[in-house]
Amino acid sequence: MSTITTRGTVVIDVEACKGCDLCIDACPPNVLVMTTDEVNTRGYRFPKLLPGCTGCKACSQICPDFVFQVYKYETPQEIES
Amino acid sequence: MSELASEPSAVSELASEPSAVSELASEPSAVSELASEPSAVSELASEPSGQRVLMEGSEAIAEAMVLAGCRFFAGYPMTPFTEVLEHMAKKLPPVGGVCMNAESELEAIGMAWGAAATGTPAATGSTGQGLSLMQESIAEACLAGIPMLLINMARAQGDYFQATRGGGHGDYRTPVLAPQDATEAVKLVKLGFQLTWRWRNPVLLFGDYYLAHTSSSVDTSAFDLVPLAPVDWGLDGSTGGTGRARLVSPLGTDKQRDDVGYDLAKHYYACAARSAEMLAGIEPLAEVEGCDDADVVVVAFGTPARYVRAAVRELRADGVKAGSVRPITLLPFPTDAIARAAEGAKVVAVYENNQGQMLDDVRLAVLGRAPVQFIGGLSLDTSGFGIAPDYDVAVFRQRIEKVLHD
Amino acid sequence: MTDTPVRFLPTDRPPSEPARLVDDFTPELIDVGEHHLCPGCGEPIAMRSVLEVIAELALVQRTIAVFGIGCYSAFSNNLDVEVCQALHGRAPSLATGIKRAKPDTVVFTIQGDGDMVNEGLQEVLHTAARGENVTCVLLNNGVFGETGGHITAATVLGQRTKNTLDGRDPHEHGYPILISNLIAQLEGAAYVARGAVNTAGNVSRTKRMITKAIETQLAGRGFSFVEILTMCPTGWFIETQEAPDYLDDNLAAVHVGGVLKDNT
Repeated sequence: MSTITTRGTVVIDVEACKGCDLCIDACPPNVLVMTTDEVNTRGYRFPKLLPGCTGCKACSQICPDFVFQVYKYETPQEIES
Repeated sequence: MSELASEPSAVSELASEPSAVSELASEPSAVSELASEPSAVSELASEPSGQRVLMEGSEAIAEAMVLAGCRFFAGYPMTPFTEVLEHMAKKLPPVGGVCMNAESELEAIGMAWGAAATGTPAATGSTGQGLSLMQESIAEACLAGIPMLLINMARAQGDYFQATRGGGHGDYRTPVLAPQDATEAVKLVKLGFQLTWRWRNPVLLFGDYYLAHTSSSVDTSAFDLVPLAPVDWGLDGSTGGTGRARLVSPLGTDKQRDDVGYDLAKHYYACAARSAEMLAGIEPLAEVEGCDDADVVVVAFGTPARYVRAAVRELRADGVKAGSVRPITLLPFPTDAIARAAEGAKVVAVYENNQGQMLDDVRLAVLGRAPVQFIGGLSLDTSGFGIAPDYDVAVFRQRIEKVLHD
Repeated sequence: MTDTPVRFLPTDRPPSEPARLVDDFTPELIDVGEHHLCPGCGEPIAMRSVLEVIAELALVQRTIAVFGIGCYSAFSNNLDVEVCQALHGRAPSLATGIKRAKPDTVVFTIQGDGDMVNEGLQEVLHTAARGENVTCVLLNNGVFGETGGHITAATVLGQRTKNTLDGRDPHEHGYPILISNLIAQLEGAAYVARGAVNTAGNVSRTKRMITKAIETQLAGRGFSFVEILTMCPTGWFIETQEAPDYLDDNLAAVHVGGVLKDNT
């Protein structure tokens, strides 16, 4: 089983998202993926997180709707891919 | 804030000599019903001397502004307002104030708005054309609760509608004060600052070329009023981060954190209510003379009203029952004083140096009690500044007699 | 996601492993995070950057923000710093009055290109020429957003807007004004920079520009100016995902990014 070193994680305020996709391209390790079959109560797709986040906060800085809370682990986690 | 405590039909008997171009010994208004406490404050280094100094009207206005507490002024040169700017540029820095040479009238009122928003007593002005440029800002300053004194050193009296109806948009009102000479200008400048501070609404002083450029002996320390109290709404950065950061905005006063946010309807209704309260809370002022038994009542404001008064007195001395009403507050208009004066009169005559503007307000006040005749008209020399050629007691007397006998 | 066996991580609560918070949802100086600006709008991103700089420089209790009129005015009653709301185009003169009356405050304006380069062109130029110690921040998306996406003086040639549906044509609509370049020529301007918020990298760079601009004001060196190119997918008639590239290809090609002047 391979693992991915994950230094950070995010909390996503799903209901705040307006589905603009800016975070997807902004994320350097490409660990954000927009849902395809789920929407929030306003009808917008929203991002989901894969292992490998570095806690760089590119997503929170570029999100126009303040959807992200970004954490950096004290010790990098090894997460199953 | 000290209230204006004048009688409804104010009878301020001014004993000034009319028709002299350069006034020498005018008495200050005998009945200056302004606020009660003598001023404890002279923010200037020198004590008020009670001495008269020969100075032009522009300087008297400037000095009165500084004595009233003005500490920010911005202006753009335009005749006959320019000297007010020049005098403020000299008088403000020594008292720690700021005078800006704005690059346009639009920017002048913008700067005054910004300074006023910090709780600094501020003023600006121009002549009619410059005031035209400022109209949007004036209208919105009323919505934002910005106190400021606006000086219109007008050319003739064609700006009456601009001043009282407002050339701006929306349902705002600005109180308008119209001095007849430098002495009264001092009084009304100080009153103007009291009113604008109390009501957080711009107040306009309606001056003119004649007033600006005529020198007379003036005691600018007269009519001292209570100093402008510090305010808690003035921006200075200090409420940042407290959860109650101050907001000065024409769009409203509510913040989104209080679960409300801008609601223009709510704000406009509130502003309208405040405006109505303001108008009801300002006593209309007028100088009424000889109207109890008058056959002809002549209404005029500002500088030409002195000629009217002189003509009326001459007629009285010759046995003609003439009387005069001189509105001092153009807004709120002294409707009651004029209505009372018109009672029993054969005719009410209106003089103004324009094609008939205050005429409408007089007609509304008279409300059919007597016929209202216009004896005014444009009186301009080639300069267009409106001080000649009709300003002559004989000319006025003739017009009053004509309207009485027609 | 039904056909893709991908393992997503929980993102509905803070991590259970020890971790420190590096970025919170809404910046501390924005009161309410929810707003009605369009999906993908660059203006909230720029607002966040500006306010984070104010907080990082510990200027919260000295700051007065002067807002112009545009979509961004949605924030004027939503900040935990003092705000003076100006009329369209008038923020620089209000900022002047505020700074002259209260020289110890930090004063910045937030204006759009319609506000600053159209209605208020003379105000910003005069304020810069005078060397007023204020910072003007321009949110440039090349359109009048709030009224529906119309051409401004900053709109680039070929840009399709609500009232130039065939693209800005120099013969009919003239040429764009590159306001940062104009201001940089004025001696009173001490720091002039142009950034963007279409990529994370640009957001970081722009934040450094804003910091430098505010520091210029603190040092009393004169007028400071930061233009921030922002996305407006609605005004540009494109999808939100295309906006960052559109900005690079169209706006930033004309309003070129970088520090135009640094006399600090």
